[in-house]
Amino acid sequence: MTAVTAHATKPAAHAAPEPTPEVLSGAEILIRALEAEGVEILFGHPGGAVIKLYDDMDRVKPKFRHVLVRHEQGGTHAAEGYAKATGKVGTVVTTSGPGATNCVTGIADAFMDSVPIVVLTGQVPTHLIGNDAFQECDIIGVTRSITKHSFLVRDVTKMAATIKAAYHIARTGRPGPVVVDLPKDVLAAKAPYMPGDALELRGYSYAQQGDPEAIATAARMIQAAERPLFYVGGGTINSGASEVLTRIARKTGIPVTTTLHGLGAFPENDPLSVGMLGMHGTWYANQAVQNADLLIAVGARFDDRVTGKLEAWAPHAKVIHIEIDPACISKNVPVDCPVLGDVRLVLEELEPQVGPKDRAAWLARIAAWRAECPLDYATDDGALHPQAVVQALRDKTGGNAVVVTDVGQNQMFGAQYFTYVHPRSHITSGGLGTMGFSVPAAMGAAFGLRDAALAASAAGGDGAPAEPLPVISINGDGGFLMNSQELGVAAAHRLPLKIVILNNGYLGMVRQWQELFHEERYSHTDLRPSNPDFVKLAEAYGCVGLRCERAEDIRATIDAAWEVTDRPVVMDFRTVQKELVFPMVPAGAATDDMITQRFNPELTA
Amino acid sequence: MAQTLTPQQIFRRRTAGEPVAPGDAPQDNRHVISVLLENSVGALNRVANLFSARGFNLESVSVGETDDPAISRLTIVTTGNDRIIGQVIQQLGNLVDSLGVDDLTGSEHVERELCLLKVACDASTRGELMDVAKIFRANIINVAPDSMMFEVTGPTTKVNAFIGMMRPMGIREVARSGRVAMRRQLIFGD
Ligand SMILES: Cc1ncc(C[n+]2csc(CCOP(=O)(O)OP(=O)(O)O)c2C)c(N)n1
Ligand SMILES: [Mg+2]
Repeated sequence: MTAVTAHATKPAAHAAPEPTPEVLSGAEILIRALEAEGVEILFGHPGGAVIKLYDDMDRVKPKFRHVLVRHEQGGTHAAEGYAKATGKVGTVVTTSGPGATNCVTGIADAFMDSVPIVVLTGQVPTHLIGNDAFQECDIIGVTRSITKHSFLVRDVTKMAATIKAAYHIARTGRPGPVVVDLPKDVLAAKAPYMPGDALELRGYSYAQQGDPEAIATAARMIQAAERPLFYVGGGTINSGASEVLTRIARKTGIPVTTTLHGLGAFPENDPLSVGMLGMHGTWYANQAVQNADLLIAVGARFDDRVTGKLEAWAPHAKVIHIEIDPACISKNVPVDCPVLGDVRLVLEELEPQVGPKDRAAWLARIAAWRAECPLDYATDDGALHPQAVVQALRDKTGGNAVVVTDVGQNQMFGAQYFTYVHPRSHITSGGLGTMGFSVPAAMGAAFGLRDAALAASAAGGDGAPAEPLPVISINGDGGFLMNSQELGVAAAHRLPLKIVILNNGYLGMVRQWQELFHEERYSHTDLRPSNPDFVKLAEAYGCVGLRCERAEDIRATIDAAWEVTDRPVVMDFRTVQKELVFPMVPAGAATDDMITQRFNPELTA
Repeated sequence: MAQTLTPQQIFRRRTAGEPVAPGDAPQDNRHVISVLLENSVGALNRVANLFSARGFNLESVSVGETDDPAISRLTIVTTGNDRIIGQVIQQLGNLVDSLGVDDLTGSEHVERELCLLKVACDASTRGELMDVAKIFRANIINVAPDSMMFEVTGPTTKVNAFIGMMRPMGIREVARSGRVAMRRQLIFGD
């Protein structure tokens, strides 16, 4: 290795003799910096602007692995799935211009759902920036309102510190996507590599411990409440607070409802669980919200899919909001007791200050609502209902699986009928509602879980190799096609994904709105004329394809899929076309106006 | 349509600064917010972007270096009810580049704006223009046969009044700096 003299500019007088830093290319410094962050896997796609990075990856054999995805959007969702399944930061690499813009949907998705990812985009050489150069795109400008922060590295000596800052910002506080734009000449330029501190971020801070007085107030409000309800969002899972939340709920006997992203934060098979709230939440969870005298919002953001018509939501409830993002507090609903801080740290402070109280009357009312209108669908007509598929998956796995849903009716059935019991066992695109999320996100999750299991079995001495949890991807026939190109990648890497298509031949969720609110004018939602043969498609990508057309074959199909352990399986379930997701609060309606079944004169007659 | 609100609903509307009773006027207020910002590429873009992306009202913004060239100070004038102003402040604070956000509105502060104004004139009207300028303590900074240019500083109301007085004379061009503001140091108590 070539030795270089240390900087002449640095006064060497009192300093201890430092090891002489190696002079490396910007690309190699980037590789070293990623290794230093503990990056295990990059989802990427090469191109001209990042060819030097790919060249150096081949040369230096980094400690992390690179997975060649077949579309940058797939790569971005894969990084999200990896991040959500493992709690680590996901990483994406793309070239400039179209490579970068292909990531935009995934970045927006990660921003809405607070997913920590770092997106490394190539850029044209610095002297060409602003010149409309070939494959130039101002990706920093394009993504400004959908990133937590972004950096353009103009100076190779700032590479390592910028990467460190990017991961720090993505990971800490309320997590989110960070874009780092890397001009081609900066990747090629050379500089001494000195691992060390991140860029100075004077303006960046994030809440940790909550204010003890606010926590004490919250504890008093909880003790005083007659009809309290925990309203739990994804921030609870992000901060690793599921266990302490579960302990507090059980200790105090307070029922729990979760958002779509909160699924798994509290075991849904616990008697205190009332399931999901909101637009397609359970009737009884929404009744509990409307009648509660105290809502304890934990890492949740009062999204409109949760509240419906805001003024009519939770009209009797005082609100405690435990939240890490100050801008989320009182954003939609002014709260009575804000507690700014890391959800886990706050709950740990709160735990000893609250105790049991007799709330039998309140729990009895909730039980009555549950009996009045349970989650339900027709089970006696012999048809293949999507809900039954989800329940069969639940029975097969006992809940020990990671379920990654797409968007639409399949997403809601996946949320309603699986009964989640573990944090990080449910992954979906909630805020942005991105069709095409599930297949790549499931792939990213499966990479993360398999690597973690391998690492655990390598470390553990008892010889028993840890089995990674099965990863189930639930899709509609519409969204599945939007990133199905990643099937080939999953097959190449022998990931045993269980990919379910709830094939109703329609853009089902849109069809549902057309049936209920647009007088059954099914404008451009029929997918049957353009749907491919999903079994053949799966086989073309080197996956196993299975088709199921009858309700009585659901379990056999799933059993057959679980026999396959060396590649993805795609299961094409031909479900009833006219299934609707119920119950439902129509968009913008008051939660009290929830509809619980299809209007059918014959039924009411 | 009479609708009864629960005490919680009344509390929430009050806190947000939204009308409680049907006849109540909306309580939108003008706020002057001072932001210290990292003087780095893109930092100002992020602020401007925040206002458009979140639909906040941006009435005026002015930017300049502070005594530390690495830090600039923005003075932002925005309007909204209490809930919206709270959002503006928190969202500004969330920007990685922002080093401090201060809502000056509730406390004693000084606001100033600078305005350059080019007004049509001829020999017969020049004297009248100069009289008005004198009252407003505006400086004459350029004179041409058919126009004069004035510089006036002061609170926005004064600048507005000056422009109003000059309007009948025929305004050729206006350039306003946007407001800058600073908290007063109160030595003798408030
Ligand atoms: C990229 C994208 N385009 C459009 C939509 C709007 N959208 C929401 S649900 C839905 C229907 C999805 O159909 P399918 O994937 O077949 O799922 P299903 O509802 O039938 O289960 C559509 C078009 C979206 N969420 N994302
Ligand atoms: Mg469909």
